[in-house]
Amino acid sequence: MVSVAVGLYGPAYVRGFEHGRDSLTALGGFAGLFLSGMLLVVLADDAFLFMVAWEVMSLSSYFLVAFQHENAANRRAAFLYLLMAHIGGLAILLGYGVLASFGGGFAFEAMRAAPLTPGWASVAFVLAFIGFGMKAGLVPLHAWLPEAHPAAPSHISALMSGVMLKVAVYGFIRFVFDLLGEVQWQWGVAVLAIGSVSALTGVLAALLQTDLKRLLAYSSVENLGIIFIGLGLALVFLGTGHAPLGTLAFVAALYHVLNHALFKGLLFLGAGAILHSTHERDLEQMGGLLRRMPWTGLFFLIGCIAIAALPPFNGFVSEWLTFQAALQTWQLESGVLRSLIPIVSAVLALTGALVAATFVKVYGVAFLGQARSRHVRHARQVPFGMRAGQGWLAGLCLLFGVLPTAVISVIDGVPRQLLGAGLPQAAAHGWLWLTPVSPATASYSAPLVVVLLAVLTALALWSLRRGAVRRVRRCDAWDCGFAPPTARMQYTATAFAQPIRQVFGLLFHIEESVGRREDGAPRYQLSIGDRSWDLFYAPVMRAVESASRRVVRLQSGNVRVYLGWTLATLVLLLWIIS
Amino acid sequence: MTAVAWGAALLQALLYAALAPLLVGWIRKVKARLQNRRGAPVLQPYRDLRKLLVKEARVAHTASPLFRAAPYIVFVTTWLAASTVPLVAVSLPTAAIADIIVLVGLLALARFFLALAGMDVGTAFGGMGASREMLVSALAEPAMLMAVFTLAMSAHSTNLASVIDYQLGAFALRPSFLFALGGLILVAIAETGRIPVDNPATHLELTMIHEAMLLEYSGRHLALMEWAAQLKLLLYGALIANIFFPWGIGQSFTPADLGIGLAAVFLKLLALGAALAIGETVLAKMRLFRAPAFLNLALLLALLGLLSHVILEVGA
Amino acid sequence: MSPTLLPLLQQIVLVLAAIVLFTSFVLLAQARLVAAIHAFAWQGALVAAVTTVVAATGQTHHLYFSALLTLVLKALLIPWMLHRLTRRLALDRHVESLHRPALVIMAAVALVIFSYWLVLPIVQQEMTFTRNIVAISLAVVLIGLLMMVFRQQAVAQVLGFMSMENGLFLAAVSATAGMPLVVELGVAFDVLVAMVLFGVFFFQIRESIDSLDVDRLNRLTETAEEGIVAAGRTTPRAVAGEDG
Repeated sequence: MVSVAVGLYGPAYVRGFEHGRDSLTALGGFAGLFLSGMLLVVLADDAFLFMVAWEVMSLSSYFLVAFQHENAANRRAAFLYLLMAHIGGLAILLGYGVLASFGGGFAFEAMRAAPLTPGWASVAFVLAFIGFGMKAGLVPLHAWLPEAHPAAPSHISALMSGVMLKVAVYGFIRFVFDLLGEVQWQWGVAVLAIGSVSALTGVLAALLQTDLKRLLAYSSVENLGIIFIGLGLALVFLGTGHAPLGTLAFVAALYHVLNHALFKGLLFLGAGAILHSTHERDLEQMGGLLRRMPWTGLFFLIGCIAIAALPPFNGFVSEWLTFQAALQTWQLESGVLRSLIPIVSAVLALTGALVAATFVKVYGVAFLGQARSRHVRHARQVPFGMRAGQGWLAGLCLLFGVLPTAVISVIDGVPRQLLGAGLPQAAAHGWLWLTPVSPATASYSAPLVVVLLAVLTALALWSLRRGAVRRVRRCDAWDCGFAPPTARMQYTATAFAQPIRQVFGLLFHIEESVGRREDGAPRYQLSIGDRSWDLFYAPVMRAVESASRRVVRLQSGNVRVYLGWTLATLVLLLWIIS
Repeated sequence: MTAVAWGAALLQALLYAALAPLLVGWIRKVKARLQNRRGAPVLQPYRDLRKLLVKEARVAHTASPLFRAAPYIVFVTTWLAASTVPLVAVSLPTAAIADIIVLVGLLALARFFLALAGMDVGTAFGGMGASREMLVSALAEPAMLMAVFTLAMSAHSTNLASVIDYQLGAFALRPSFLFALGGLILVAIAETGRIPVDNPATHLELTMIHEAMLLEYSGRHLALMEWAAQLKLLLYGALIANIFFPWGIGQSFTPADLGIGLAAVFLKLLALGAALAIGETVLAKMRLFRAPAFLNLALLLALLGLLSHVILEVGA
Repeated sequence: MSPTLLPLLQQIVLVLAAIVLFTSFVLLAQARLVAAIHAFAWQGALVAAVTTVVAATGQTHHLYFSALLTLVLKALLIPWMLHRLTRRLALDRHVESLHRPALVIMAAVALVIFSYWLVLPIVQQEMTFTRNIVAISLAVVLIGLLMMVFRQQAVAQVLGFMSMENGLFLAAVSATAGMPLVVELGVAFDVLVAMVLFGVFFFQIRESIDSLDVDRLNRLTETAEEGIVAAGRTTPRAVAGEDG
């Protein structure tokens, strides 16, 4: 079973090493520690080793985030990350504690056999969900993610986003689907709710960003939301006794895990390449990069199409499978679930469309149009190694999109081991047809779509480019006859997001103002805050603060009072133990 | 048999490309008559396309290669999407390549490149059009999907051929289908850029959405973009006509069946086009920030369709 | 039970009931008062149509009479009275949009699902058809109440109240093939009297506080003198009331 999981994460690791070589800096030590920590988490066979490896992973990634520690913002991000990673670790530890106390041992074997009561199983589930959800960056526990990811060097961001978040998903799957035993459908509803909230707020936050790496980090929140929607569907189906459908949703989630590792890695590497050649992370300074960095531009375009879940790339396949799983809700007995799950999939559809908007913005502003700053105007190609890394990932994105049946037959081993059943019907009609339930229900033939697209394009090109009209004359932009547009007249990233910002403004803390600078020129200011700070973190912080103020009162400084407390604790403990 | 089926599918794909300008010409004609104008001939869109195809294409200095590739991608993707929607006969092999969700995905791919092309030259209008298009499509997507869900919950399939077969086999008055129809019509209006969301006839600078993205195109590139838009309109028309009013569509590939299917879909599309023209004459274009309310109505309709399916149509 | 198994008349009842639910949503979200009154009239007409169809399916002839009564009262008379009221109160151009329409609509959708869930346990043999309609009626009642909570305008609140009554009537018609005629007449009369009383009250309220915004009624809790002073000009307190 472990080897299957490693096989699953294998490609991502290989890629990680490859890009470790490409990068400028030698972060070797910690990067190696980080990778081995993640590897150990996946390999671990008992809770002790798991937790130790987990902490190794958290701590080494803390140092990686704090790598550029001259910058105060990076230090703060790293501290926030450390804090939240430890709270999450604590929750996971407690979750394992519940299992261990019932199963009588820390080996996974013993935990699997643990006779849990439903109540305690739910407690363990909630603890695990908090712990792994924090690491996976689910809303509202995502605050560290958009801070920590941009702070780390680009290839480490790619690793953190592409692999570390997946380790959290792995932990969650291992805990809930493997160790906990019987699942309850109520858990699935909770996971669905959190997943859809994460997906929606993640993508909206991404849409409003202008810092490329921050944007990508928020988009990780969104993708993890989609993965958890798939897992939630699987839990609902399994909990209501529809094992084949549960398997379908589970495979969809796993497929998206793989896909996200691929295209998010690709996009982070693309962002790294831009940073390398222009020293810019701010979208508002970019523009026209496609003509200066054509290869990066092409690969980044592929990443954008893949992440926007558009055919024929890989992101579309996993979202399609998730939709197909959700569409099988008519088989459920409960009418309330039958009406709630479609609402979740409507949220998923909204998310998908907003992701497309986000990446139209990113690509349109960064790669198209005219350069908005001097650095960008003088951008040059990045070295061959960096291009090769991106090209390799872009090729995989296409491959995973075109041959879904092959990919599913590989993934299939995981549900067969965890849930006892695979998804044989997916490829039952040959490698050409993906039929998750049956051909009458739904089918998708990615190879044929690609072939037909290619044939039709060739046909259109051939028929239109014959004869005398082939020539294309270059001229100034028409622009309704106004003066030739300059770089400053282009739509900016902020302007692009304005309509959506206005429609969904309720979800964010937006402050907008138009004033004047000292020299009299108008000045537009916009700040976008995350509402989860006001709604979730601020109250928690206040509670912690008041609690600690109360604890301070115990510290009178008198040694005998301390000894008194020690005595009381000792007596209390002895009483509990006996 | 399969060879016949593929042949019919190919024929139908060609039919889509051939009929698309006609539908637009018909709508314009009806609109003109309603406004007491004589209007251009019904075949005018064909002449426009031919004229654009033989003209020289001009491309701005600032445009990237994507600008020249986009028309081909947009046109081909829309065409492929259209060819998966049954027009004259039901059980086409192309319907199995892509179900409704893939169809939505293909249209989204076309839109993605359309919006990118709008942003490519770097003019303010192009960016504005792209930004608005993405807003409208983002809000239309959940409504579209909810309507699809409502259909799929009854028909137990997202395969268009299966859905139409189901409608033909077990027709009943269903409140859920009624609402889904309403929702889908609103989505179709928004997605094809008709009044009241967008005005296909406008070149009034600040109200454009779709036209703003095409502003920099000329010659054969413009022809492809216009043709793609016409295809998309025909696609939505065929989708609505054949899912909700499936009668007459060919069940087999005999010439008689195909002939009846063609005649039936022709009449249905004429009726739908006339209804659209009347609607566009009666309604005024909304300002952009009313569009969310319009699409929320679409979502609400689709949601009510789903709820009435769950509450009213499934016992036990 | 799949619709294909039902007789055609029952299918029509289902469709009509679903549209009644839709008019409830329209009432809830409609910003213009006159359009809301029209929506209410349509709702009344649809309820009357449901009653007619139910009368045609069963052999309950007195339902024809209640259908006629509903049509005259709810689709014609009361909307007409409300129309006249709004014109005389100069409210016919009044526009009052909901504060956060998307959230209110979501709440209404949640209420529909909730009422379905509530009705689920009513298991009666061969009565699923009726039970489903009861779920719709309950949803109409709850949405009417929701409308009264979220609307500030007194006339809109009356509309909410009346649509609640529509929901109750729908339940009665579909579940028990209508109430006894005497009861029905009594209810109809009550509704009419209530309408007249509302009309009188509107004028009273308008005369005393110069507005039909029910949030202004908060001030009735203050002492009489303050209330009179406040009626003339906007005090800080009144502004705070409007915000809430």
